[in-house]
Amino acid sequence: MTRMRTRLFMLHVLVLALLVVLAVRLWQVQVVRGEEFVTKATETRTRAVIVPAVRGQILDSVGRPLVRNQTSLVVSVDRNALLRMKDGGVEVLRKLSTVLGQPVKQLQDRIRPCGPGISKPCWTGSPYQPVPIERKADTRQALQILERQEEFPGITAEIQSVRQYPGGKAGAQMLGYLQPVTEAELEKREGLKASFSGVDLAGRDGLEEVYDEVLRGKSGLRRVQVDRMGKAIGVEQQVSSLAGDHLITSIDARLQEVVEGALHRAMKGAPKADGGAAVVLDARTGRVLALASAPSYDPAVWAHGITTTGYKRLLSEESGKPLVSRAINGQFAPGSTFKVSSVASMLRAGYPLNGTYDCPGSYMVGDRAFNNFRGIGLGTLSLHTALVKSCDTIFYRSAYEQYLRDGGRSPKKNAKEVFANTARAFGFGKPTGIDLPGESSGRIPDRAWKKNMWALTSATNCKRAQTGYPEVTDAARAAFLKLLAQENCAEGFVLRPGDSANFSIGQGDVLVTPLQLARAYAALVNDGKVRSPRIGWARVRPDGTLVEKYDVPVVGRLPISEKERLYIKNALSQVPSDGTAAGAFSGFPMDKISIGGKTGTAEVWGKQDTSWFASFAPTSNPRFVVVAMVSQGGMGAQTAAPAVREIYEGIYGIKRQAVLPDGKPATKLPKFSPDGTVAGG
Amino acid sequence: MTTRAVVGARRSFARRAVGAQSAVWRLDGVMLVAVAALCVIGTLLVWSSTRTWAPGSTGLVKKHILNLLIGTLLCGAAAMIDHRAMRAYSPLVFLLSLTGLVMVITPLGATINGSHSWILLGGGFAVQPSEFAKLGLLLIIAMLLAQPAEGSDRPRDLDVVLALVASLLTMGLVMLQPDLGTALVLAVITAAALIIGGVRKRWIALLVLVAGTGVFSVFHFQMLEPYQVARFTAFVDPGVDPRGVGYNSTQSLIAIGSGQLFGKGLLGGGQTTGRFVPEQHTDFIFTVAGEEFGFLGSVTIVLLLGVVLLRGLKIARQCDDRFGMLAAGTIVCWFAFQTFINVGMTIGIMPITGLPLPFVSYGGTATFANLIAVGILQSIRIREQSFD
Repeated sequence: MTRMRTRLFMLHVLVLALLVVLAVRLWQVQVVRGEEFVTKATETRTRAVIVPAVRGQILDSVGRPLVRNQTSLVVSVDRNALLRMKDGGVEVLRKLSTVLGQPVKQLQDRIRPCGPGISKPCWTGSPYQPVPIERKADTRQALQILERQEEFPGITAEIQSVRQYPGGKAGAQMLGYLQPVTEAELEKREGLKASFSGVDLAGRDGLEEVYDEVLRGKSGLRRVQVDRMGKAIGVEQQVSSLAGDHLITSIDARLQEVVEGALHRAMKGAPKADGGAAVVLDARTGRVLALASAPSYDPAVWAHGITTTGYKRLLSEESGKPLVSRAINGQFAPGSTFKVSSVASMLRAGYPLNGTYDCPGSYMVGDRAFNNFRGIGLGTLSLHTALVKSCDTIFYRSAYEQYLRDGGRSPKKNAKEVFANTARAFGFGKPTGIDLPGESSGRIPDRAWKKNMWALTSATNCKRAQTGYPEVTDAARAAFLKLLAQENCAEGFVLRPGDSANFSIGQGDVLVTPLQLARAYAALVNDGKVRSPRIGWARVRPDGTLVEKYDVPVVGRLPISEKERLYIKNALSQVPSDGTAAGAFSGFPMDKISIGGKTGTAEVWGKQDTSWFASFAPTSNPRFVVVAMVSQGGMGAQTAAPAVREIYEGIYGIKRQAVLPDGKPATKLPKFSPDGTVAGG
Repeated sequence: MTTRAVVGARRSFARRAVGAQSAVWRLDGVMLVAVAALCVIGTLLVWSSTRTWAPGSTGLVKKHILNLLIGTLLCGAAAMIDHRAMRAYSPLVFLLSLTGLVMVITPLGATINGSHSWILLGGGFAVQPSEFAKLGLLLIIAMLLAQPAEGSDRPRDLDVVLALVASLLTMGLVMLQPDLGTALVLAVITAAALIIGGVRKRWIALLVLVAGTGVFSVFHFQMLEPYQVARFTAFVDPGVDPRGVGYNSTQSLIAIGSGQLFGKGLLGGGQTTGRFVPEQHTDFIFTVAGEEFGFLGSVTIVLLLGVVLLRGLKIARQCDDRFGMLAAGTIVCWFAFQTFINVGMTIGIMPITGLPLPFVSYGGTATFANLIAVGILQSIRIREQSFD
């Protein structure tokens, strides 16, 4: 009995020990690691379902939609639901494939999550988010799925909205497009961070990108409680989605259409033309009324997920890179349109406004003769006539004289560089700051730029100076290139006399974008203030309440007096009636609507000339600035000027109906009805 | 005279029932309160975990209460039987339990939840003879080992051999179902009785050797079902297949851990409501306690079970006959093993084994067997000092 009692005592100790083990382990699991398991429990117990917000529309200045939403039926597959089925959902997918007419294999590929070793087709979003498998389902397909849910567990059909572009190709680059948001982008956003889903879209390029935060709205979230089988047993958390705000732009949809048409015809009329752009600014406010780039593309290609070939086509040379907006990214020598800056430079250099200047057929810049257009001398001219007739030699001479004053080949320490600095004051050589992404800055080739270029290219040039260009078959061309390389190697860092002469007439290394030119002309003809153009006008709630109005910031001032400004403006006012553009505007009712402007024909080595026309109307109190550019379009008067004429005909309703009532842009924001539609729009 | 005698007898019965000398006052009240508390908690947990089976239903709670009531009656009955009389009936009980086990493997047996361990009684009732087999084996071994050899306090070798034969016979029948968990309990009961009974160390060494060989050959000759091997694999590394065999242990850890210190409140457990842990009203009922009552609640359950075990050991130690001591000690070992394995598997320190938590899990036969065992403990307690 004693032995038994001893053994029972040992048992007592053992039982106590086991109880302590259990208690300690419970403490560890529930108290020490409790938080961790709470998180895990939430993960297993709930499924977050994103309720996407309706994206705001992009409207024109009277409320016509430039980008709107179109609802479409989307069929989605819940992969987790399928995985829980005995056969992994193969049977359901087989039925779905008959309804949608897609092969089962394709469906299986598209719903597997992307990862290492799994490349497209695959699903990039959250594994808990239903995978959209058909975005253009018709009602019949949707009903087949919805009415027989027992046969299609895990398959849903629901209405989602996709972007639609009533204007088709019009302003495609300006509007931009949407793509699924990346995880990195999502992390920067505020709000529902845990909601990365692949359903959320982000604006890429154009207004969609710049005003993404305005248009996006806030995604809602339904955190659904599910049981072991994934069946929803209640809603744990519901955050309603908040529709995005609308963006009202200063664009006029009808004017945009006219501009696109004019540009299209101008391109057609010039057989070698490979791209063009047109800008219409409200001269008084600096707002953009139309912004076109050709060739364009239909942004609807993005709406249902772009294909690889489709994307390549948007970027390829053969299709003319329609994704690139030539209005803000096209950098071309501006030709004679640049002379407004050169006249101002002359004035700043001390040449008298009312002086007379000799315009010979040719002028010796250093050891090289620079000729007028067709080598014709025009006699003695005022600056006014020099602009109207587009004399070159006057500008060569003044630019060369300033070049020499700055020290020529061996510049002084405080070289004034009047021509370059004046051009910068006109807003060239830096981005305009328009509310579009990725704008180009153009180029003002001054001495500093020359040095930088030389530093970057001298190694190649000096090598070529030795080896020549054996791969070039044309012997004359190869010799020329070798000579050029030798010259650049030896003194590429020096601003040569010819560089200064070319600069003064907008040739050579100077590059501007059509938008830069337009805003310089707007400053010139309006009030001398250089503005950063704006497309976005106002942000309004879906019900039309104004949230914010976007002002057009003044970023600079032209370096000329009011008298000088009006002098130049008056000179330009004569160009379409008496000057280089007279032919293009023959028959235009100048007595009713007088148009001022300047043609530009910029030579491009080995290519056709770049055709420019920069204009404004009416001349007395300008309201519009219209700039057109056609790359490889030939003479300014031939291609760009007629396009601009067509745009004015549209604006004022000459031989057709006016797109702008009374030839005036909208000055008041469109009114919204309480239901969010535009009154009378 | 006669009348008076009758009245006297009545009085004496009443006095016997509640009087100072009555057996009622010798019951172990502490243990009974602990058992009652566990049964109440179990009822709440069964309600919480089964009410979601159908909307608006109370699940299995009514049936569970009925089981508890029947169990209480059986407990009282067992307590009223003198344990020395029980010893005499032990062979009969054992034979009955064996008969039950044999019936399971005849066409009378039925498969519920994948284990073929049931006999259907009709009307939605079914019994699990393997639960009674624990009692039957326990009593017969206690009886055999309670007769020490002449002039010794150790059991006779023949009795030890008989005890082993009885044990192997029972375990063999249980393994035919197959029910590994119950077989392990039977092994523990046998081992506990042998150790408490004062069997020589060489017997124990031999048994350890046999058990070791058995375990080895079970694995070596692949006598286990694949799922049983998988459970052990999953125990060693729960991450090995979180959707498959590791699912149970992962999910039960999540449920218990997410209860934290105070729990989410009765019926407030999301994991329980979502039924992420399988068998959460039977083998995994402790996960419901862990989630809804938190650390405080679950440790209370462990403490209550500890009270039952320690009071049981006290009864065993204070008993002055070998049968009572053996029976009580062995019952404690049975409960202790099931408690430790059951709670341990839900918190990841024991492999998954299909054993219910005593007094808490849903299950009619197990409840009856457990409460009868409590009754036996009380019977031993009531009469332990009767002959002093």
